[in-house]
Amino acid sequence: MKQAVREAFISKILLLTALSSIGALTLITVFIFAEGLPVIFKTGFFDFIFGMKWKPSRGIFSIFPMIAGSFAVMAGAMLVSVPFALCCSIYLAEFAGRTTRAIVKPAIELLAGIPSVVYGFIGVTVLVPFIKNNIGGNGFSVLGCSIVLGIMVLPTITSISYDALRAVPDSYREGALALGATRWQAVKMAVVPAAGSGIIAAVILGMGRAIGETMAVIMIAGNSLIIPLSPLDPVRTLTSNIALEMGYASGMHRQALFATGVILFVIIMALNILATRVIKRAVR
Amino acid sequence: MKEFMDTNLNKNNMSETNLSAAKVRFDNFSVSFLPDKPGGAIVEALSGINLSVGDKKILSVIGPSRSGKTSLLRSVNRLNDLHPNFVPGGDILIDGAPVYASSNIDITALRRKAGMVFARPVILPLSIYENIAYGPRLAGNNSKPSLDELVESALKDAYVWEEVKDRLQSPAASLSGGQRQRLCIARVLSMRPDIIMLDEPTSALDPVSTAKIEETLIALKSKYCIILVTNNVKQAARVGDKTAFFLMGRLIEHDDTSKIFTTPRDERTENYITGRFG
Amino acid sequence: MNSRTEEKIAVNILRLAALSAIAVLLFVIIYVAYKGAGSLTMTFIFENPRDMGREGGIFSAIVSTFYLAALSSMIATPLGVGTAIYLCEYTTESAVTKIVRFGSDCLAGVPSIIFGLFGFVLFVIYLKLGWCLLSGALTMTFMILPTIIRTSEEAIKSVSYELREASYSLGATRWQTITKIVLPQAVPGIITGVILGVGRSISETAAVIFTAGSALATPESILESGRTLAVHFYIIAREGISMERAFATALVLIIFILLINIITYALMNKFIAGKKT
Ligand SMILES: Nc1ncnc2c1ncn2[C@@H]1O[C@H](COP(=O)(O)OP(=O)(O)O)[C@@H](O)[C@H]1O
Ligand SMILES: [Mg+2]
Repeated sequence: MKQAVREAFISKILLLTALSSIGALTLITVFIFAEGLPVIFKTGFFDFIFGMKWKPSRGIFSIFPMIAGSFAVMAGAMLVSVPFALCCSIYLAEFAGRTTRAIVKPAIELLAGIPSVVYGFIGVTVLVPFIKNNIGGNGFSVLGCSIVLGIMVLPTITSISYDALRAVPDSYREGALALGATRWQAVKMAVVPAAGSGIIAAVILGMGRAIGETMAVIMIAGNSLIIPLSPLDPVRTLTSNIALEMGYASGMHRQALFATGVILFVIIMALNILATRVIKRAVR
Repeated sequence: MKEFMDTNLNKNNMSETNLSAAKVRFDNFSVSFLPDKPGGAIVEALSGINLSVGDKKILSVIGPSRSGKTSLLRSVNRLNDLHPNFVPGGDILIDGAPVYASSNIDITALRRKAGMVFARPVILPLSIYENIAYGPRLAGNNSKPSLDELVESALKDAYVWEEVKDRLQSPAASLSGGQRQRLCIARVLSMRPDIIMLDEPTSALDPVSTAKIEETLIALKSKYCIILVTNNVKQAARVGDKTAFFLMGRLIEHDDTSKIFTTPRDERTENYITGRFG
Repeated sequence: MNSRTEEKIAVNILRLAALSAIAVLLFVIIYVAYKGAGSLTMTFIFENPRDMGREGGIFSAIVSTFYLAALSSMIATPLGVGTAIYLCEYTTESAVTKIVRFGSDCLAGVPSIIFGLFGFVLFVIYLKLGWCLLSGALTMTFMILPTIIRTSEEAIKSVSYELREASYSLGATRWQTITKIVLPQAVPGIITGVILGVGRSISETAAVIFTAGSALATPESILESGRTLAVHFYIIAREGISMERAFATALVLIIFILLINIITYALMNKFIAGKKT
């Protein structure tokens, strides 16, 4: 019976460890909101989100240009990444041979492992001068961010779409092939539509990644407080706003950065929950 | 007609139970599995089983697949408890002690007392020696001389000692199928059980290995109560003192093996053993 | 257009996309190697940085990185493996497992800058630990937890049910079955997760800079601030302190990441091969 007591004790401990991740999530939510909400309430929710001015020295905190900036670079990143990622995942899942796949798949996953500061640095040393000299503007731009972010989220979108495509039963392929379709037609007409919601979930998660990325963006974006109207305009995102000013902010200013974090957190959680919803619907 | 048969059968079992103290007794025992999803059907794997198994005897259990044979064995050592949807009814008595009714039964001790050999020889990812020592170690035996002795006698009793004695420390995965199954028997023997249950132990083996296992079982009979579930009717006839025939979760007939195979009382038993169905 | 021609064109486009992804990877590696190799010497690795990183090497940053990665995986591994064991061995699908999975999935999606903010208020300010390696490691613990949970769960699930049954039938309790049979079989998979976590700790900047700080000196204890490689790289690159040293540091980072990926890849393959016998 001593053994039974010990087993029961162990299962309690394991339950506690299992609660660590949800506990962490709760802590994060509580602390970010507790620090950030006062400024949002003080400014007024509407003014905080839709106001144009961010003037820490005068205690004016509104973040619309950064929200616009975050969505602009995210949209640009998706334009770069989605077609590429789809091609990669379809190629890997449907056409690549075993050896090709064994080389290409880990290589693409390796792209996700490269530190974002390294991407940012290469962006500054290669891409920014290239844009400045060949396209226009001063190089620090939505365009530069979009390209770098597009590369950074490529592995996320590719590997989730890949899994979705692999999950499509072979009967779909065989059914189409039996009707005289080529491999490509089978993929285009039967497999990709069947994997549709998985692919959409992959894109949504990719959006979350792009909006949440900080260190690469901060180095390439230029960080001006304007609403970008052209791809060559500099931009400041929610993330880079936090990272740029956290180093020296204090008091109300620091709380305003947490308030920026609240908005960022809400956007990302909404995207994540949306993606899991889409995946769940696909499973059913 | 059928009811008459059932009552007849029960009477038969009762009298037998009263005659000799049974090692294992199934007392109006039944097994159901609740549906996985709400709305699914309950599976009645066994219903109203009354059956006694004597000590130092081999009981052969035969019947077509899905007739509840595995559920019967896995209920004795409460391995079915691993399935959350398992619901027992009635009880099983080992040496007169209920397996399900008593609330503070030590399940690990029960499992050591009623050892089990599975259809597929499952080798633990350990050395040959550690496979055999696994049970005794769990029971708290960590003395090397005692384990050495247990391992040797268990392997000898299972007739594999000669084949493995020079490589006790090599991975058990290096053994052949027949050797593996005898290793599994030895693994059970090392726990010094009272009861050995085997669930179609030769179904994955070649005829030579099968013969060796049967030989082993007959030799072990002098010390243990053995329940052998088999899909091989001839095997049941060869090794069983008694034979029980199951069909669709019911015990159709249970008697001396010679009687079952010469003068079965039930037509369904006859059909099954003559290979006309199942 | 003939459907065969269409197929040919389509497949070539797909292949081209895959090739360009590899080309990007190769470009990143080769570019950094080309620019950084010249300054990457033994003295660079084993000397401490001087004059804000303008001179000297990166040894103190390597030490800080090591502390951070080791500490965070030491805390996250028991939590993650415990969670995986609980999910796989102790419950069936229930409200609790749903909550646990939700927590882990959401945590995986939280951006690193949010972790940075959170670690800063909770550990640095609220718990008064200040900027130190411990604050950074605790923050990283939460970041790498989902990875360790997911890989451990997969590894534990891949251990066959038969083995567990055999163990139980020999009189093992649940915990004995887990420690003697399941975990030893799952170890390569679990290690994969831990190494991936180490990789994240090495490459993370945003979450670390606000929690572990950026002190250049070699940390003497985990309660001191330390500047990890990624943070050091960010600072010297962004402030234009020394381009050669920045590239050489980036090269060191990339070599670490490459090594980590090669090890996990080899482990995974070995693990899958082991499962087949
Ligand atoms: N865990 C389980 N859940 C649901 N049904 C089960 C389970 N185990 C066995 N059954 C059902 O119980 C019946 C008897 O199965 P079993 O005892 O394995 O028969 P046998 O060993 O004679 O082939 C079968 O219909 C089987 O589907
Ligand atoms: Mg069976």
